[in-house]
Amino acid sequence: MALKMVKGSIDRMFDKNLQDLVRGIRNHKEDEAKYISQCIDEIKQELKQDNIAVKANAVCKLTYLQMLGYDISWAAFNIIEVMSASKFTFKRIGYLAASQCFHEGTDVIMLTTNQIRKDLSSPNQYDTGVALTGLSCFVTPDLARDLANDIMTLMSHTKPYIRKKAVLIMYKVFLKYPESLRPAFPRLKEKLEDPDPGVQSAAVNVICELARRNPKNYLSLAPLFFKLMTSSTNNWVLIKIIKLFGALTPLEPRLGKKLIEPLTNLIHRNADWNLCFCVAVLISLSSGMPNHSASIQLCVQKLRILIEDSDQNLKYLGLLAMSKILKTHPKSVQSHKDLILQCLDDKDESIRLRALDLLYGMVSKKNLMEIVKKLMIHVDKAEGTTYRDELLTKIIDICSQSNYQYITNFEWYISILVELTRLEGTRHGHLIAAQMLDVAIRVKAIRKFAVSQMAMLLDNAHLIASNTQRNGICEVLYAAAWICGEFSEHLEEANQTLEAMLRPKVTTLPGHIQAVYVQNMVKLYASILQQKEQSGEKEAAQEITQLMIERLPQFVQSADLEVQERASCILQLIKYVQKLQVKEVPVAEEVIALFAGELNPVAPKAQKKVPVPEGLDLDAWINEPPSDSESEDEKPKTIFHEEEQRHSRHRQPEIDEEELARRREARKQEQANNPFYIKSSPSPQKRYQDTPGVEHIPVVQIDLSVPLKVPGMPMSDQYVKLEEERRHKQKLEKDKKKKKQKKEKRGKHHRHNSLHTESEEDIAPAHHVDIITEEMPENALPSDEDDKDPNDPYKALDIDLDKPLADSEKLPVQRHRNVETLKSPDAEVPLEEKKSKKPKKKEKKHKEKERDKGKKKEKEKKVVEEEEEEGKKVILQDLQYFISCSSCHHSEEEPPQSVQNGTLDDDYRLLAENPYIKMTYDIQGNLQNDSQVTVSVIFENKSTSFLKSMELNVLDSLNTKMLRPEGSSVHDGIPVPFQLPPGISNEAQFVFTLQSIVMAQKLKGTLSFIVKNDEGSTHEKLDFKLHFSCASYLITTPCYSDAFAKLLESGDLHMSSIKVDGISISFQHLLAKICFHHHFSVVERVDSCASMYSRSIQGHHVCLLVKKGENSVSIDGKCNDSTLLSNLLDEMKETLSKC
Amino acid sequence: PLSCPEVAPAPRNRFRALRAEEVQQQIIRDTFHLVLKRDDHICNFLECGSLFGGSDYKLIYRHYATLYFVFCVDSSESELGILDLIQVFVETLDKCFENVCELDLIFHMDKVHHILQEMVIGGMVLETNMNEIVAQVEAQGKLEKAEGGLSAAPSRAVSAVKNINLPEIPRNINIGDINIKVPNLSQFM
Repeated sequence: MALKMVKGSIDRMFDKNLQDLVRGIRNHKEDEAKYISQCIDEIKQELKQDNIAVKANAVCKLTYLQMLGYDISWAAFNIIEVMSASKFTFKRIGYLAASQCFHEGTDVIMLTTNQIRKDLSSPNQYDTGVALTGLSCFVTPDLARDLANDIMTLMSHTKPYIRKKAVLIMYKVFLKYPESLRPAFPRLKEKLEDPDPGVQSAAVNVICELARRNPKNYLSLAPLFFKLMTSSTNNWVLIKIIKLFGALTPLEPRLGKKLIEPLTNLIHRNADWNLCFCVAVLISLSSGMPNHSASIQLCVQKLRILIEDSDQNLKYLGLLAMSKILKTHPKSVQSHKDLILQCLDDKDESIRLRALDLLYGMVSKKNLMEIVKKLMIHVDKAEGTTYRDELLTKIIDICSQSNYQYITNFEWYISILVELTRLEGTRHGHLIAAQMLDVAIRVKAIRKFAVSQMAMLLDNAHLIASNTQRNGICEVLYAAAWICGEFSEHLEEANQTLEAMLRPKVTTLPGHIQAVYVQNMVKLYASILQQKEQSGEKEAAQEITQLMIERLPQFVQSADLEVQERASCILQLIKYVQKLQVKEVPVAEEVIALFAGELNPVAPKAQKKVPVPEGLDLDAWINEPPSDSESEDEKPKTIFHEEEQRHSRHRQPEIDEEELARRREARKQEQANNPFYIKSSPSPQKRYQDTPGVEHIPVVQIDLSVPLKVPGMPMSDQYVKLEEERRHKQKLEKDKKKKKQKKEKRGKHHRHNSLHTESEEDIAPAHHVDIITEEMPENALPSDEDDKDPNDPYKALDIDLDKPLADSEKLPVQRHRNVETLKSPDAEVPLEEKKSKKPKKKEKKHKEKERDKGKKKEKEKKVVEEEEEEGKKVILQDLQYFISCSSCHHSEEEPPQSVQNGTLDDDYRLLAENPYIKMTYDIQGNLQNDSQVTVSVIFENKSTSFLKSMELNVLDSLNTKMLRPEGSSVHDGIPVPFQLPPGISNEAQFVFTLQSIVMAQKLKGTLSFIVKNDEGSTHEKLDFKLHFSCASYLITTPCYSDAFAKLLESGDLHMSSIKVDGISISFQHLLAKICFHHHFSVVERVDSCASMYSRSIQGHHVCLLVKKGENSVSIDGKCNDSTLLSNLLDEMKETLSKC
Repeated sequence: PLSCPEVAPAPRNRFRALRAEEVQQQIIRDTFHLVLKRDDHICNFLECGSLFGGSDYKLIYRHYATLYFVFCVDSSESELGILDLIQVFVETLDKCFENVCELDLIFHMDKVHHILQEMVIGGMVLETNMNEIVAQVEAQGKLEKAEGGLSAAPSRAVSAVKNINLPEIPRNINIGDINIKVPNLSQFM
């Protein structure tokens, strides 16, 4: 035995270690596979030995081989052996191998549960760490369920190293075992305030990841994150939080308003580009409201500088951020079109693709042609098919987006599509074809033009189809043939087109295209036949029949079954027609009847949206289920298939007319009775069942220009020129009109402000074209749920976290095993609890309160659910409170009553009111400019009339002036940039400049507007007084107590104090009032004494010490400017005396 | 020139989902070709949705001499942040290997993984502070030494002998040569 041991260790000397393996592989470049298979054999031998060190070495080598792409799952059991070694060295090798090759399908993984639990509770922190790391890679639902409790315990480990790992792994556990989220969430939330920054950052990381998928469940954490955002200095954490707010703000618009100030601060003081991007994006999200356009402008300007930077990374990120802003503020990005187009020339493909992406969102009716023209130039220049294909798809995307919203001239679009067919080697022929078909079907007015273009394509088919093998562009012939056939009545030279389609060269096209050719030849033939018969040219009609009979056999011989079948059917049909023609029987009517009727486009989701009729159980058996033996040969039939419906007509020609008509009738009948058939469902609005025709098709009016006949192959550039001319003309006309108006107005001594620029709407359409909308079933369900992926793993994590935990919701604990080993982390918990006492205490208080409230209710009503409701309400109130008053973090415990009364919610004061309109306003300091404030005015239309041409004017004082556009005099009013339909309110912002801010100001002003109703329009006026209180010059600025103390010590502040008696409200409520109305933030609060801070837009520091006595409040203030301070205190006194 | 794609199991590594070794290898090959094609003076981001089956994913890479460090991330990560992370990773390697060179990485793949696992676990960033990472790696190294290491002294001697006929080892990838601005790296440390 001893000998064997010695022999083993000597052998080991010659075992390869990892380095030897790597070296060997590098030295055997020629026969690598052979060498490796040799090595694997050796490894297998090593694994058979008892020595754990040998095994570990073998597993280590296996891990390397796995990374080279060799399957090592056969060694899974050996890996577990190495994992359970007692030495850390071996354990680590085992876990690394496991993390590389274990997955949910690995069956031995269930054997590891106990080993991992043991390692998790090991006294050695690195054993625990290695186990956690490994687990993060191969955790399965079973492991997650069994170990969730152990990992949760580790979240309170004494060592931060373990805590942060445990926190991160919880995310993986949540994903695999969603039930664990609710029980574990309170502790996770606690970790947001962990003393160790690493743990804190891990917790932020996990919650952000969770919230990204289901943001609404995390809205209640907003106050906490807000606090973290203003206090954290770790950029990783900041970025994560900002991204999280990006997901939250769309759900709670008021949050955005709250955020804008600290964010603007961040972007100003932070030089880190990293943050800039995120902040810029978030600002754009936050300012979903019409205000804050200044912040957006600031962001876009900053981004522009980045995009112009020579650093490609910044350029890329600038474009990326731009595209996010574009979604919410398209106008501000559109002005940088030049820059984006420039980026298309960049040598870097990533940047070009980003720029393309941006262009997609930037197009408008006005610039579409121009942008597409630029893109077409790039298509010609582009090297490499990938980028060119990308360009092609983008051009089509840009043009077709939101139902061709931006196309003003479809002839131009068709010519663009035709030009694109000249691209060589593109893969996207089918895309172009689909567009051609779509436009031709849905834009009725364009059909004539489209058909002529398509006929030309068919005529030049040899150019396109020259290399059918390697290019997909011949797909467009599919569309061309179909369009020419279907809308053959628009064809001018039908004969010529028919001949083009019958050319022998056509037989080299792919089968499915030939099939369409054959089918549409007949349509063409039918219409030519009709035409000839009507004009009495019998011979010409016979000639055309003869031509078909002569040429069709080449298709009958086709190798493609579909082509063959169609061709032979049609050949027989035409032969029959010829017989009739010889007998001089008019046949055209009957032939054309084969293709009677109009095709309507059906929306892609139409089938899914058909509501299930009441009383229909789709899961119930219609007939008794057949026995198993039968079911084998019975294939399920599809009742309805969209594809089938579209082409259903193609199958019919082989049947003679009578039979056809009979069947058609029968089918109609069947469809009418078939609940699954979309079209025939009768509806109250659309009673078109008996009246075949196109009148019933739902139609969208779209503005279009006059059809411009451009002879020859279409050149889209010509359209651009023509369009420009047309717009120019329009503009001239408009200007004339304007001048006239002006003259008239001048005559009446009215000033007219011609501020507005040429906007989207100004491009008047030259004529109307209908876009037929896609059909949807009656009473289709408007839900968009079908867009969601039912297999989304994050869906399971959509759990309400605010609901209090029920008793049943506990993580499974396995107590019967490893009892001793479990003890150690448990013993550590109390220590930890001491550390994190503060947040816990708070929470407890809070909870107790909830419980108390709940208990009372329970006694009264004996309803258990009450408690949940109550809990939710409290959280909601917290959020409300936070939103209305962010600066009072310190007071989260007690939501003030006034919030419930709703008084704090609305900061807007009444400005003026009359029977037509109500104006409320709010004044905010402007951070970027120390001599400006922004006045936001909400206009509410109270009447039943339409209010327009609103103009606001203010009588400037020496100190305070309204900011007017350049060139206008002080007597000019500023137009309100919107009109108000009855009952609607909207907000506009006006900027004022001021010199001194130490005194309150009052400005007189007038709003003039036109009231328009059925009886006519009248001019109305409303006078108001705008009150700039001193508090409106203050900006809520958080301040830390040390900085605050320094400020007080500095000694350059003036002091003043007031005392107000007869205060009955709580101190808490009182502070909230000061914070809210006077823009202060609480620095510190001790019992009934609090210090508060604020800063004016011109940088005055204002410090307050608020003390509450029995029935009175005394406020001591310190400020750089004594006048400002005394005015502020006076204002405060007024507010407080109202309490 | 010898180029070794260091395709690290990065944040949101999809390898966990697409297990099969062939798929992994295919992804690494494709990534390598994509990255290799790119010039030095263009941006370090590569949108490669097709590669990973989701448009949310992008490649972020850095090029040091003959090495590429490639991370694949989704939209929840900050792009410049990941570039910094790569920088931290390389600097950490440099510290742990004492002037890291390409061969260090090739011969000590296991160690590289252990270092990476102190920075990223389960696809999430664990630690970005280099000193902290180095401290943890070194502490574990000490623990390993105390246990006697994987191979005892004799085999170490053997491998030293085997080392003698090694071709010239390129020393020192110059990690000072960085043409990317690393804004406020200090903030992360």
